[in-house]
Amino acid sequence: MDVLLGITGKDFVIVAASKAAMRGPTVLKADDDKTRQLNKSTIMAFTGEAGDTVQFAEYIQANIQLYTMRNDTELGPAAVANFVRGELARSLRSRNPYTVNLLLGGMDPISNKPSLYWVDYLASLAQVPYAAHGYAQYYCLSTLDKHHHPDISLEQGLKILEMCTDELKRRLPIDFKGVLVKVVTKDGVEILDYDNDKIVKSA
Amino acid sequence: MVGKDCVAIACDLRLGMQALTVSNNFPKIFNYAPSTYLGLTGLATDVATVSDLLRYKVNMYRLREERNIAPQTLANLVSSTLYEKRFGPFFVSPVLGGINQTTGKPFICGFDSIGCIDFAKDFIVSGTASEQLFGTCEGLWEPDLSPEDLFETISQALLSAVDRDALSGWGAQVYIIEKDKVTQRLLKGRQD
Repeated sequence: MDVLLGITGKDFVIVAASKAAMRGPTVLKADDDKTRQLNKSTIMAFTGEAGDTVQFAEYIQANIQLYTMRNDTELGPAAVANFVRGELARSLRSRNPYTVNLLLGGMDPISNKPSLYWVDYLASLAQVPYAAHGYAQYYCLSTLDKHHHPDISLEQGLKILEMCTDELKRRLPIDFKGVLVKVVTKDGVEILDYDNDKIVKSA
Repeated sequence: MVGKDCVAIACDLRLGMQALTVSNNFPKIFNYAPSTYLGLTGLATDVATVSDLLRYKVNMYRLREERNIAPQTLANLVSSTLYEKRFGPFFVSPVLGGINQTTGKPFICGFDSIGCIDFAKDFIVSGTASEQLFGTCEGLWEPDLSPEDLFETISQALLSAVDRDALSGWGAQVYIIEKDKVTQRLLKGRQD
């Protein structure tokens, strides 16, 4: 029941990930960070099999950082996404593949264009204007279909995000302990102060 | 689809997981030489893996041979690449369309997931809407269509077929390939 949400806009990408670390029906932690920063302008959010997720994310993070140091350049989001897909696809046909679903959000360091990539554990890659993983897809994609525009401002983006999290709080049977919201802009990655304590009346 | 001195190849743009649509901008046709295109249907991850692998192989071929790959050669390359994974196949069924620059003749063929080539002189279909496509193509296609008529025929055949398949549609991409001209068109299609 992990939640992963991504929304792009005019000059930003919002990535939100639920803060609950769950093991079966038990909530082990209520302030979990399911994201890793890959380079100055790219972040990756992940869910999936416990253990696989952080292992895979930090392997990717280390290799992206190694590339940046060796070549003295930042990889753009498209390059990062295709590298991640390649690694996941290689793992898919190995003895024990990583069971990890990802969202990659980034700003192109040259064109300053935001982009969001949806990757699942089968290593299917798609560039999308907004995305979700897990059960959140069923509850949020229709809201995003209705309200999203490519040139929305950050304020509008956060308003749509709030509509999504409200719906999740209303319909998911297990409390996901709110979301950790990170936003990528041309100035880099930033954690946003997000109100998770709002009470949503059930339907 | 084959026309008079031309070939057309078209695909829908949906990417989905069962009934859930993830993206409506996922093209499945890839270019390997100026007049040679390959469409890949099936598991999305294998569409990407196979198209990347073939791009690498075709680039290596072009560097070694210092010429573009012919459609017939690409067909055999696709076939042997897929058969290499005979007992753990890529879940794709490709469709190839192109014009042989030496002979000037159109060439199309299809494959199953382990590389068995299906040669045809009229049309090839593949994907979740293949049954519907057989019907629409059988009904609309005729020999020696001009490029304009071929575009109309393949577009109507595709759009009619995907409207009867819940797992296909959400826009389409059409390529009309002539000896020294390729026209790419985007069909918006139904978005519901």
